[in-house]
Amino acid sequence: MSELDFGPFLLSFKLAAITTFILFLIALPVSWWLSQTKCRCKPFVEAVVSLPIVLPPSVLGFYILYALSYNSPIGAFFDETFGVKLVFNFTGLVIASCFYSFPFMVQPLQSGFESLNKNMLEASYIAGKSKLQTLAFVALPNIKPALITALIITFAHTVGEFGVVLMVGGSIEGETKVASVAIYEFVEIMDYTHAHIYSAIMLTLSFLVLLGVYIFNLRYNKRIGVA
Amino acid sequence: MLHINIQKTLHGNLGNMELDVAFHIKEHQFVAISGPSGSGKTTLLRILAGLEEANGEIEVGGETWLCNKTFLPPQKRGLGFVFQDYALFANMSVAENLLFAANDKKLASHLLELTQLKELAHRLPNSLSGGQKQRVSLCRAFMRRPKLLLMDEPLSALDPLMRTKLQHDILTLHKEFGTTTIMVSHDPSEIYRLANRVIELSHGKIIHDASPKELLLKTQGSQKFSLTGELLEILKSDVIYIAIVAIGQQIVEVVIDEEEALRFRVGERVQVSTKAFSPSLSKI
Repeated sequence: MSELDFGPFLLSFKLAAITTFILFLIALPVSWWLSQTKCRCKPFVEAVVSLPIVLPPSVLGFYILYALSYNSPIGAFFDETFGVKLVFNFTGLVIASCFYSFPFMVQPLQSGFESLNKNMLEASYIAGKSKLQTLAFVALPNIKPALITALIITFAHTVGEFGVVLMVGGSIEGETKVASVAIYEFVEIMDYTHAHIYSAIMLTLSFLVLLGVYIFNLRYNKRIGVA
Repeated sequence: MLHINIQKTLHGNLGNMELDVAFHIKEHQFVAISGPSGSGKTTLLRILAGLEEANGEIEVGGETWLCNKTFLPPQKRGLGFVFQDYALFANMSVAENLLFAANDKKLASHLLELTQLKELAHRLPNSLSGGQKQRVSLCRAFMRRPKLLLMDEPLSALDPLMRTKLQHDILTLHKEFGTTTIMVSHDPSEIYRLANRVIELSHGKIIHDASPKELLLKTQGSQKFSLTGELLEILKSDVIYIAIVAIGQQIVEVVIDEEEALRFRVGERVQVSTKAFSPSLSKI
């Protein structure tokens, strides 16, 4: 058995960390808006946001590939203006992951915001606080479990993605070969030993992450007297 | 001081209703708004606070809050609002709840002192009782030294003893800060103790606008006292009939004759009054 290469894991975690950070910034205003709006277009926006959950990753991957490849207007624009290629590299993976994991960040945050006592938010407006201040100092601190769930599930879901990554990133060593792709390749070349080791690590990590989330939520709810 | 003339169509579970209300309030007045549920009381308060939009005008202390083109957002109205469910910021301690509204430590500690909450200053809201929470909410409403204080059934979730205590606090603060106060309330004794004017709404319109004494004291002519209640049962006892009436939390018996027994129906609202005898009071 050759030396274990942790490169794919590190790549997976790097990808997940960057994706989670970017998605938090994008999903926060979106989920806040969705939770507060009375706009008739709300179901439409919600459906678009949730699409990646039901769409086969290959479909999502195909469209991203089609939209961002060097031959597409967007891909060509980025290549010519910034010299950045958007597919088959790490940048491409981040973009694809952001699409793929978007609903996992938006949905917990939105339901967290929706469960808040509306009067509490209104009390903040009456106290002279803007919507942004209310979001930062009243809404967010009061949905901690939802916030933690959103961050961790997004992170974990990005670590666990496979189809989109394979389509948009391929399997370039050290650039786009994340853990899930590495396992797939081990199985393909019938290197079951490594497939086992990598899979076991993934399984353990995923379990520990989820366990951590549930323990946190239980403790938090006990502390504020919900459960 | 306050002039309001607003219209708004409400979509209730009893169909559409037109809220159409106009009145003036003088400075330092304490006005109670009463009326059956669904009559538009809370909506009226929310429109005043800027939490809901409406057609018409609102002018407070020479400042236009609502007019054709003007809509002053709640942040800029500088009023105090006490919600029925307290609406405290659950992530902040009692003191932080007050300081979030206005960063004035002196005023915060004065208010907490006044309402005997000083010891609880560092507690989180969910470790407090209902009465304590509502006192915090009351203090928070005064942190911005509001010219106008709005209260939406502030005491309806509290037990009678706590109500009395809070009524006292409300009155103290109302006087000390020289606020003009509008309170939605169902409780006649509360209205009588606190308010100097009652506006009664029904189906979105003002049906009475008078002093609490005129509106709430139900005796007419030579009646000595008069109570309204619900007729629970009519019992026949030999030649007379006994009506069982629920008045507030009390059940009383009233002797009636056969003709009356036939006229009244169980479940009806009735008035119990007497002329000849003067009722006596004694301590319990």
